Amino acid sequence: MRGALLLLALCSTLFAADAQFSGRRDLNISAIAMFLVFVVATLGITYWAARRTKTAKDFYTAGGGITGFQNGLAIAGDYMSAASFLGISGLVYLKGFDGLIYSIGFLVGWPIILFLVAEQLRNLGKYTFSDVASYRLKQTPIRTLAASGSLATVALYLIAQMVGAGQLIQILFGLDYAYAVIMVGILMILYVTFGGMLATTWVQIIKAVLLLSGATFMAVMIMYKVGFSFESLFAKAVELKNSDAIMAPGGLVSDPISAISLGIALMFGTAGLPHILMRFFTVSDAKEARKSVFFATGFIGYFYILTFIIGFGAIVLLSGNPEYLDTVKGGIIGGGNMAAIHTSHAIGGNIFLGFISAVAFATILAVVSGLTLAGASAVSHDLYANVFARGRVDEMMEMKVSKYATIALGVVAIILGIIFEKQNIAFMVGLAFAIAASANFPILFLSMFWSKLTTRGAVIGGSLGLFTAIVLVVLSKAVWVDVLGNKQAIYAYGNPALFSVLMAFGAIWFFSITDKSEDAQKEIEAYEHQFIRSQTGIGAEGASSH
Amino acid sequence: MSQNVYDRVKMNPKYKELVAKRSRFGWQLSFIMLAVYYSFILVIAFSPSTFAQKIGDGVTTLGIPIGLAVIVIAFILTGIYTKRANGEFDDLTHQIKEEARSQE
Repeated sequence: MRGALLLLALCSTLFAADAQFSGRRDLNISAIAMFLVFVVATLGITYWAARRTKTAKDFYTAGGGITGFQNGLAIAGDYMSAASFLGISGLVYLKGFDGLIYSIGFLVGWPIILFLVAEQLRNLGKYTFSDVASYRLKQTPIRTLAASGSLATVALYLIAQMVGAGQLIQILFGLDYAYAVIMVGILMILYVTFGGMLATTWVQIIKAVLLLSGATFMAVMIMYKVGFSFESLFAKAVELKNSDAIMAPGGLVSDPISAISLGIALMFGTAGLPHILMRFFTVSDAKEARKSVFFATGFIGYFYILTFIIGFGAIVLLSGNPEYLDTVKGGIIGGGNMAAIHTSHAIGGNIFLGFISAVAFATILAVVSGLTLAGASAVSHDLYANVFARGRVDEMMEMKVSKYATIALGVVAIILGIIFEKQNIAFMVGLAFAIAASANFPILFLSMFWSKLTTRGAVIGGSLGLFTAIVLVVLSKAVWVDVLGNKQAIYAYGNPALFSVLMAFGAIWFFSITDKSEDAQKEIEAYEHQFIRSQTGIGAEGASSH
Repeated sequence: MSQNVYDRVKMNPKYKELVAKRSRFGWQLSFIMLAVYYSFILVIAFSPSTFAQKIGDGVTTLGIPIGLAVIVIAFILTGIYTKRANGEFDDLTHQIKEEARSQE
């Protein structure tokens, strides 16, 4: 594992260089120490995983041997990004109740995934969700479309995470933005290329445990300070804010169309995120797939309740404390997203601040690794092995391609992360969810549940959904006004999902039922066979085959 | 897997029972979840003052326990589905597979 040592040496030079040349920020020694422990531990796991990752099945799905409980933690880890930890607690800190509305939207997609798609996905798929979508349809067009949808989602999500990582690390560790982005990129390439899904899963599990325990400790300490009474927590917050607006719905959800549209984007988008869908192939069977979602929903829901307490705790602990207030700009130092970080300092001093900072950094690393693995699989398994080589490719070659793809994605993510440093990227995660909901999800869902779906319908409808989502996001306030500088948004609602998802489903329906070709007839006949497998698991990719 | 296995599964009444029961159960629970979530969201969109009502003399509003309850309901529903599917539905699936194999 010479790479690891090299990287450690590199890290320490980077930190040292920064300490020398930029006196403007304090280096947070305890944070760096704890983060280095995390890096060493995860690189150790990568080394262990690398020796166990021999086949393509190992690489893409950790050999299918992850248990439901472990996978539930890993899914929760994929979902509890630094953006949701810092962002939601920050939103609660600023707007109170509205933060809760937001987190509920992110949660309710999970039960639907369990009731309708989880086990079918496990029974039909092998490595990527395109396996399911193209099960009885034409490989080339469907995989090309599904892989494009995956790559678009992954790229947008990845850029948002990289930019967030750079900015966060700059504030937390006093490390330069570009160095931070490069370091995140290098570490994620190491995890994924050497350790594949096994290392990515364990990095995710460790991070989820750290994040949940750190957040639990914070919430318990906050509740301890208010005598374990929600009423007195809220009462103190209202008193300090001098307004009870934080206790009621504010402006986050204003008109019903935006509300429904956001709900659809979050719900269907979650069920169309390639890195989340891929996690279902790491367990041995439908039973474990169901358990995964059960545990994931529990951990994610628990986490959102913690962020809600932390947000209110931030109001109580930070308001009126000059140590955390920005006297020039008003509010707290570093903006609302820093609420959880400052609160950790108010609770446990520098040591706990260091721990939470290191956890936030670990969170970013784990999430970008999962994304990169999903993107690399779309390139190697879908585009290379099944489209370009038409399935006639040996496993070793496919794995090689996936490793090159990981490195390429990592480099692209670093470059884009640096380019987008000063850009307004608020729309990117929204767009990723919109694309996942309007292109990936309709194809996946209808391929499993609608016998009359044909290749023509899926390709035209999926493309139109993708296209509509992108166009509406460009015409909405987030891009048209905030990025392009126009005065008024052409598309008035916050989220495109309601229209783009309807467009996708409508077009898939229309172009499928009007498809009278012979191939379409064969695809419809093949549905019964697929349905039996999806319901019973007969013929499904079994548990660890070695 | 030979085509015969699929044909035997298809003819097995237990298979029809499994598909009917599971899809009904899955859609019922999905409907409950959607109804709970969209009622919550639509109250916020159309009548935010409903959730702004205070409980008793304190500052805690009605919206907060209801919001937290939506999270808990989501988790409980996944538990209910997982329990029944991992028990009853999986037993049925196992029987269907065994019967298809034993006739080989």
